[in-house]
Amino acid sequence: MADLHVNIAGVEFQNPVIAASGTFGFGHEYGEFYPLSRLGGISCKGITPAPRPGNPPPRIAETPGGMLNAVGLQNPGVDYFIEHDLPWLRQQGTVIIANIAGNTPEDYCRMAEKLSDTDVDMIELNISCPNVKQGGVQFGTSSSGVEDITAAVRKHCRKPLMVKLSPNVSDIAEIAAAAESAGADAISMINTLTGMRIDIHTRRPVIRNNTGGLSGPALLPVAIRMVNQAYKRVKIPIVGMGGISKWQDAVEMLLAGACALQIGTAFFTDPYAPLKILDGLSEYLNENHIAGAAALTGKMISWE
Amino acid sequence: MKYDVMLCKIISKRQLTADVFDLTVEAGELAKAAHPGQFAHIYVPGKTLRRPISICEIDRSAQTLRFVFQIRGEGTAWLADTRPGDTLDILAPLGNGYSLGNTRQKAVFVGGGIGVPPLLEAAKAFGENATVLTGFRNSESIILKEDFEKNGSRVLIATDDGSYGHHGLVTDLLDDLDFDVIFACGPVPMLKAVCKAAAARRVPCQISLEERMACGIGACLGCACRLKKDGREFYGHVCKDGPVFDYETVVWEG
Repeated sequence: MADLHVNIAGVEFQNPVIAASGTFGFGHEYGEFYPLSRLGGISCKGITPAPRPGNPPPRIAETPGGMLNAVGLQNPGVDYFIEHDLPWLRQQGTVIIANIAGNTPEDYCRMAEKLSDTDVDMIELNISCPNVKQGGVQFGTSSSGVEDITAAVRKHCRKPLMVKLSPNVSDIAEIAAAAESAGADAISMINTLTGMRIDIHTRRPVIRNNTGGLSGPALLPVAIRMVNQAYKRVKIPIVGMGGISKWQDAVEMLLAGACALQIGTAFFTDPYAPLKILDGLSEYLNENHIAGAAALTGKMISWE
Repeated sequence: MKYDVMLCKIISKRQLTADVFDLTVEAGELAKAAHPGQFAHIYVPGKTLRRPISICEIDRSAQTLRFVFQIRGEGTAWLADTRPGDTLDILAPLGNGYSLGNTRQKAVFVGGGIGVPPLLEAAKAFGENATVLTGFRNSESIILKEDFEKNGSRVLIATDDGSYGHHGLVTDLLDDLDFDVIFACGPVPMLKAVCKAAAARRVPCQISLEERMACGIGACLGCACRLKKDGREFYGHVCKDGPVFDYETVVWEG
């Protein structure tokens, strides 16, 4: 039997399939389908220092091969998360990753400080949310921005720190290198690609925020390319995401250079997607006599 | 089980009007768990998002669910093209349905167009105590009249063009009625008028809303709707907090 365990920045995951932030809430809803212990981990809904109401509707639009969203980081705030969601999550037998987003560097640092005193396993720095006016992606689209925020949070973060990168940049390898040099233990990539749809009858953008983040299968080739570019540049582990909806996509992502995967939009199409991906991945490893998922990382054979 | 995904066989299919279709599926445990006013999230091959379709009828003993839906886009067009014997991938039952309360009360059900189907199962429980007001574009688009009448409910119909029943708004029909509670589903202008009538008559009123939706279970927070509780406004979600809401908690946007 193939070994599905992966280790990222010292955190042991029983398998490489992690629920992506923003698609999985704090786990309660998907816990109705299967024990959350079946997942390698959960990256929780992005949290901010204070509760956020989120954007006005419509927040969602379907697109060819995917969807746009502009939820706008609706969340109950970091303190509520620590008090109400984390104790329950902790009992689910899976790795818990807190995803943090703020308006200022101080916001990020304060949350990292608070969460370092809890039993979350890992902190994911969300500097790539395209749907809020302040903060979020403003820190994530230049190398200096990524370096500064990562270095600042690093000083306050006593947990493994993963930086979640935006694809809305010109040189992703440069951005990944900036996160690494500033002390990130891992990177996760990619967040959504900014997009827009227009209602041809009203001439209004379908999404009330005008723009939204594109996710779903349409994003896969962009994510594969970017993960591979980052893999060639940095030594820290990469958690790959963007459009993974079946086990073949997961294998591709590992071959491109990812150590683990996050699944997001695929949950909406099929809540059981992560379990099917794990089954398929397992079978692929067994049939090809590959010892474990970790042995696939970066094993793409480039054309010269 | 609260909700789950199941492959459901279509056992009957009918076309009701030019663009409204009627499907019944074998739904096993999903049918046993369903309540009036809840919805199902139906997978469409090749589409990223499932289609939320309200449950029209529940037969717990036969373990079937009935859906009456309108073609609105590619997803519902695909659904309209399915045949008995085909299988649908259904996530259900979802959301909070109507709280029926005392079914000996005089209830009025107000439905507009494709907002009519989710009222049927709830109206059934009230039988002769239900008066069902339904509004359509014209006589050709009338649906489910006999279905409501079969349960002993009185049905009054309004059409936009006057080709059947009352010529005007379905909510005009509320004026001459005496009732204890309102259940409604339909377009926003109709729902606003229903809420106004409920406030004027001081009767409880439950309305069913819709919004663009992704997960269907309350995880993604996509289907936001403005709500108020204890004087505080916030974004709730149609899939988990609704689709049926106490009208006093809904804040109309814009």
